[in-house]
Amino acid sequence: MSIDTNTKSPEAAVPPPGHAPVTQRVRRGHQRLLTRRDRITLAFMAGVPTILHVALVWVTALASILLAFTSWDGIGFDSIKWVGLQNFHQLFTSNPQFWPAVEHNIIWFVVLILVPTPMGLFLAVQLDKKIRFSRVYQTAYFLPVVVSLAVTGFVWQLVYNPDTGLINSIIGANKPGHYIDWIGDPHLNLWAVLVAASWRHTGYMMILYLAGLKGVDPSLREASALDGANEWQTFKNVIFPTLRPTNTVVLVVTIIEALRAFDLVFVFNKGAQGTELLSILITNNIIGESSRIGYGSAIAVVLLVISLAVIIPYLIATFRKERQA
Amino acid sequence: MSTAVITKQRTPVRPARILLHAFLITTSLAWLAPLLWAIYAALRPYSETSDKGYVSWPSKLTFDNFKNAFTQSDMLHYFGNTLIIAVPAVLLTLLLSSMVAFYVSRFDFRLNLFLLLVFTAGNLLPQQVIITPLYRMYLLIDLPGITASGKLYDSALGLVLIHVAFQSGFCAFVLSNYMRMLPHELTEAALVDGASVWRMYWQIVLPLCKPAMAALATLLSIWIYNDFFWAIVLISTGENMPITSALNNLSGQYFTDPNLVAAGALLTAIPTLIVYFVLQRQFVSGLTLGANKG
Repeated sequence: MSIDTNTKSPEAAVPPPGHAPVTQRVRRGHQRLLTRRDRITLAFMAGVPTILHVALVWVTALASILLAFTSWDGIGFDSIKWVGLQNFHQLFTSNPQFWPAVEHNIIWFVVLILVPTPMGLFLAVQLDKKIRFSRVYQTAYFLPVVVSLAVTGFVWQLVYNPDTGLINSIIGANKPGHYIDWIGDPHLNLWAVLVAASWRHTGYMMILYLAGLKGVDPSLREASALDGANEWQTFKNVIFPTLRPTNTVVLVVTIIEALRAFDLVFVFNKGAQGTELLSILITNNIIGESSRIGYGSAIAVVLLVISLAVIIPYLIATFRKERQA
Repeated sequence: MSTAVITKQRTPVRPARILLHAFLITTSLAWLAPLLWAIYAALRPYSETSDKGYVSWPSKLTFDNFKNAFTQSDMLHYFGNTLIIAVPAVLLTLLLSSMVAFYVSRFDFRLNLFLLLVFTAGNLLPQQVIITPLYRMYLLIDLPGITASGKLYDSALGLVLIHVAFQSGFCAFVLSNYMRMLPHELTEAALVDGASVWRMYWQIVLPLCKPAMAALATLLSIWIYNDFFWAIVLISTGENMPITSALNNLSGQYFTDPNLVAAGALLTAIPTLIVYFVLQRQFVSGLTLGANKG
């Protein structure tokens, strides 16, 4: 999620141990009692959502893979031509935007994990201290997560605008000849947009860590204090290790966010030089002048492979843990 | 706030606490600064800011920019577009994902873990991975008489479907975890009494899931309202765009100066802010519901 965002990574809710055998028995009992109509109802209840989800998400993902090996003008199915690895070859060797885009996606992730994530953790630890006005502070840090990325893009443009923006007006760089072009300069724009992305990511991470900290057993903290550990030692040796499940979620969420990054850059400068991203290349290929379906799909496949390399191990680990419980 | 904790660690903490508050106040203000700056710019007439510069004391603050941004661009129309997309999308997502969750959590048909994996993984994919074939598919599907465009492309229906398909992954996961925590005796008893599967779902399980559904509904409304990408690609007529995506076109066409852009962007953010302030608890619990145990 949006990830958006959005974005949102699930971790298993674990049923109380010792409950499983009972459930097994009951479930088998359920099945015996089902009438024919019940079975039809169940098939419908599971089937309709699954068909919709699979048709729009997985069939299209699969189609992306297949189309990546073809060339197609989009008019009539008989014009689809198998071209093998040609699209990939072209992408890796002669597209001037591809490697910068990969690099920017990596930078995006590295910055998010190194700056706003620790910042979010730090704020969460402070706000978890039963402090006064905690809610008010939380609301302020979390506000950027609620506002859409498109609006965020426009708001930060008002900060970065060369002649009317806040920064240049303050440092006096808003006169012709002295402009610092935060949005247009390819050496600056990625960092400018990353400031806005970090502004948003911090609040998101803070909320995830706050929820994680609520789950930390208070007696651990007391024991540590009795042993004479100071605040930092307690955090480093006691609290942080118990936050492991949250850290996993945070890592996955941050990787996904870095791969999904799109809206902010699109609003800023449509992914012009300096801010190319894989997601932007794919989109520009569709809505641009000369849409090349096979070529755009090849970029999508690169993005898909990276995403699945993260998503699948994470989900398998999560589900395995759930099954063991 | 719990006084027990404060009294326990009374003496050494006080100066540190003051320092902490000072730090938190400074950073919160820094966090709000971009939004406050946008509000300030939106409240000032363009003539004044172009004369005195944007960093200057105001001689006049008015809501004119908001009024003009709202009427000139016919914003109400775009809010209407969003409503037509978001309301059915949220309701359908909740209905479909709760049905899957019910099936997966109440019936052990072996398939269920795999099914849940498919849904959850699908939800985590970047949207751009599927957009090229999806765009082509939407262009190829003819729906004469059903949508205004005669296709799935450039229609509210198309947007509703992709929102539902994409978001139901997350919701199915959260709801199935929630339903698994409900005691099995509930449905067991109902089944023995001869209740149908549908009644079990509709009259027993769903009402118990109200807190989770409320949290998800809040979250989904904000996510779908805030969606920018799907509509940018899947809607071609500017008139048909939901408000968040329309902002991009409007900013060139009607919002001709930075003050109007600020006002327009802020107006767009108002509905999300209202939902957030009124339903803050639901929103936050929904976001962490997936990441934690409750």
